[in-house]
Amino acid sequence: MAEEWQFLQCFGERTPGEEIQEADVISAVEFDDNGMHLATGDRGGRVVLFERVSPEVPRGAAFEYRYMTEFQSHEPEFDYLKSLEIEEKINKVRWCRSSNNTRMLLSTNDKTVKLWKVYEKKVALLADFNLPGGGGGGGGLAGRPPNALSTPRLSSVHLPRVTSTEVMLAARCKRVYANAHTYHINSISCNSDGETFLSADDLRVNLWNLEVTSQSFNIVDIKPSSMENLTEVITSAEFHPTECNVLAYSSSKGCIRLADMRSAALCDHHAKAFEEVESQANKSFFSEIIASISDVTFSRDGRYLLSRDYMTLKLWDVNKENAPVATYNVHEQLRAKLCDLYENDSIFDKFDCCVNGQGTAVATGSYNNLFRVFNAWGDNSGSGDQTLEASRDPMRKRLQAPPSKNNARFGSTKSAPKSPPSKWSADAAELGSDYSSKLLHLAWHPEVNVIAAAASNSLYMYCA
Amino acid sequence: MDALLPIAILIDELKAEEPLRRLNSISRLGTIALALGEDRTRTELVPFLSENVDDEDEVLLAEAEQLGSFVPYVGGPSHAYLLLPLLENLSTVEETVVRDKAVESLCAVGSQLPDSTINDAFAPLAKRLAGGEWFTSRVSATGLFATAYPRCTQSLKTELRALYSQLCRDETPMVRRAAAQRLGAFAKSVEKEFVGRELMPLFTDLMQDDQDSVRLLAVESCIAFAQSLSREDAVSQLLPVVLKFSQDKSWRVRYNVATQLVELCEALGPDVTRSELTPAFVRLLRDNEAEVRVAAAGKVSAVSKLLSPAQVIPAILPCVGELAMDSSQFVRAALAGVVMELAPVLGKASTIEHLVPVFLQLLKDAFPDVRLNVISKLDQVNQVIGIELLAQSLLPAIKELAEDKHWRVRLAIVEHIPLLAVQLGPEFFQDKLGAQCMKSLEDPVASIRDAAAHTLQKIAKEFGGAWTKEHLMPAVLRMINNGHYLYRMTVLLCISLLATVVPGDVLINSMLPVIVGASKDKVPNVKFNVAKMLQRIAPLLDRPIVDRTIRPCLSELCDDGDMDVRFYARAALGTIDASA
Repeated sequence: MAEEWQFLQCFGERTPGEEIQEADVISAVEFDDNGMHLATGDRGGRVVLFERVSPEVPRGAAFEYRYMTEFQSHEPEFDYLKSLEIEEKINKVRWCRSSNNTRMLLSTNDKTVKLWKVYEKKVALLADFNLPGGGGGGGGLAGRPPNALSTPRLSSVHLPRVTSTEVMLAARCKRVYANAHTYHINSISCNSDGETFLSADDLRVNLWNLEVTSQSFNIVDIKPSSMENLTEVITSAEFHPTECNVLAYSSSKGCIRLADMRSAALCDHHAKAFEEVESQANKSFFSEIIASISDVTFSRDGRYLLSRDYMTLKLWDVNKENAPVATYNVHEQLRAKLCDLYENDSIFDKFDCCVNGQGTAVATGSYNNLFRVFNAWGDNSGSGDQTLEASRDPMRKRLQAPPSKNNARFGSTKSAPKSPPSKWSADAAELGSDYSSKLLHLAWHPEVNVIAAAASNSLYMYCA
Repeated sequence: MDALLPIAILIDELKAEEPLRRLNSISRLGTIALALGEDRTRTELVPFLSENVDDEDEVLLAEAEQLGSFVPYVGGPSHAYLLLPLLENLSTVEETVVRDKAVESLCAVGSQLPDSTINDAFAPLAKRLAGGEWFTSRVSATGLFATAYPRCTQSLKTELRALYSQLCRDETPMVRRAAAQRLGAFAKSVEKEFVGRELMPLFTDLMQDDQDSVRLLAVESCIAFAQSLSREDAVSQLLPVVLKFSQDKSWRVRYNVATQLVELCEALGPDVTRSELTPAFVRLLRDNEAEVRVAAAGKVSAVSKLLSPAQVIPAILPCVGELAMDSSQFVRAALAGVVMELAPVLGKASTIEHLVPVFLQLLKDAFPDVRLNVISKLDQVNQVIGIELLAQSLLPAIKELAEDKHWRVRLAIVEHIPLLAVQLGPEFFQDKLGAQCMKSLEDPVASIRDAAAHTLQKIAKEFGGAWTKEHLMPAVLRMINNGHYLYRMTVLLCISLLATVVPGDVLINSMLPVIVGASKDKVPNVKFNVAKMLQRIAPLLDRPIVDRTIRPCLSELCDDGDMDVRFYARAALGTIDASA
């Protein structure tokens, strides 16, 4: 199915040589249910929303989003009890059910989840107040001298008149779900019942009712009685797209567990566990680290689970626990370099993964601002698998030599002088030398083949 | 003329920039309407409100609430239809609380409408909402059917029933949940023949919904169905449903069955309760999920009351024994809270044979809440077997609780002591509990000291002035010499509470000297508390005594070095003078 991926548009494109502000780096990308909207969160605690232009056009270059609005979702805070700084960085954004033309979305930083309502606010311009300057501010009763002008007769008391109304887009924080997580929140996920959502931190998963901020229910708790016995942490969690009682959570040991909330109030006993036993031969010092799952997501129909660990993407059939139905090597070429990656901490990078609406293709990010798209049901020959660069020319990478090793660590990604064409895979080992330009976050449109990929502070959109 | 100014301001502020002012203004919509009169409310205020539907949720909520009682302001039921469009609008907004309030108000207004308006305006409104584009309006619609239906024409009724079945099959779980939740109320308003024929299938469908959250709420309609069906139909149609629910694979569904089992038993009658529901209940008591056992354990007595002792002993009591040793403390606590109520059901002999061991077991529980719950219901068992049987085990339990390291536990037991004292009688109290109470008066936690003082007052009332004088006063008065002023203040509080109970001579001869003595305390807080107390006690005393002892004492405090002491002393003197 090797489709040509075309560049659609870019938001916040860097000009060559421009320095990236840390706060502008995008930390979360998410389409809403029907793909009419797209949200990003950044390290500065802001959430930026985009909406589709002219939705009649089904696909192709005319598929276009435009900036809608943005708001400051989280501010830096300080926990005085624990002497802990709480970053404003948005870890996840998730769209909730919407109605009445208002958009609802959840955003979270390390500690606090917030529900935001984005809506068209009508601002009325008024005239004909009973009192001069009535309605606007004023000091109330006490501040007004009872002069003749301001003491009307009953017949002349009248209601203010609306002269005109303006419509503006407003974002309002509707609810704050705080104080429920001891550790850092890594995931939030809305439930298909439209009523609840979950938030997961390193050791626990909590269940909330969207309407209730004062309490949440702990549904998974893997905290051992003594922290010395701690062997794994929760890295990601998500609700099943249609079954409101099923959720999946992944662990640092490379295991995905499926829990059924019907069977017990505390789902410590998972219903299913998806884990691949690694052969002893491949064991190395890094085995445990690279086995850690950074992201897990259900396919849209709930039949498959896609997980990302450091080296691979794995597609699991929810009915088959012992092995994935497919494994895609994302950057096998880095295996020889794990030592370097460990030393500069890159080995702990957490890449997102996503699957298209039909469940036929999967994608995930890599280094050098690259992301890889795999044909989900390919023949393992790699045909149809593509590596794309988050730039105006996504296919370029295939024909281009790897960037020279002496690239500045924070160098911009503007195109290097082109060298003679060479097949990318041949130079694969060279890739990943620019570990700082990593493409961690990306999202696939729920219905069509459109990918939004975040390369540091820029959001690139592609279609196929 | 000036009286109109506030109204004018109130009206202006309906459109103030600050939401708080708008909220204040809209919360007094009734006042505005009253000032404008019925005519202008209809011609000006209502149109004004209908033009301005976009506001903060808090303001909309207040508006929805106000409109529920607005019928008189627009000129009575014949004009009430004017309010419907306003409320219809509010019942479609995104925020749940506003919608719920709007629906509530719609029903309030609807119940006052003449039948013709129901047919011409209210029912069409419900139909419009039910066909709304957004789930919000469809959710609201489900709440209106029970009000609209009984007063509709036959053809409309048929339509409404069809619409409701459509809502029960809505694509969004939110609407199905709302429909499931209100199906019971709707069933009550629908003719019996249609309940069985049309609504029952809906209910069966909802019961098999994919979404857990929907089935959960369908359980709640069971009771209403049971009540609106004939006993025969209920048993033949509803009982299988209930039994199925009680074995549902989702613990939350089983939990809901457990919480509603008593009502279900009542609705389905004693025969079914005995033959079918009791086994189901026993299963719930032995459920795998602790939350379900908590809910079921809490119903042990209520269900047993519907059965005869001959049924309870073989079926329920073995479970009770098991639950008393349950692995979950919350199950044991729930059981402890109700198990005492079984005593009257079983009668004396059976209680001694079967229940006393359970009581004793629970009284020794490691979890304080369990023991507390047993103790709080002690009066129940006393009526049946007398307290003596338990007294031996009771005392260590009380003592342990009173010394628990969690102050809330200590507080709870202090608050239960009056109940215990009444059951156990003055002698037992003197011997065993009295010392404990005095200890609580010196607890390091202020709330417990306060509670102990109030406890003593209750006990004093119970056992009479003479008894108080002899057994309580000496111990309390001795404590006034405590080295810490906070404890001395507790004693003062205790004395002032007891003052209302003891005979006058005790007050004059033993209490007053202590209080007056405390006015010489070195801590100002004690002194101004003395002033406050004297102010309260003075009315209980004869004038000469007030003049002879209280007045001089207060006068002295009026010259105190501390400002607060002077203030309260003067205030006390002022009150005494005023009442002279």
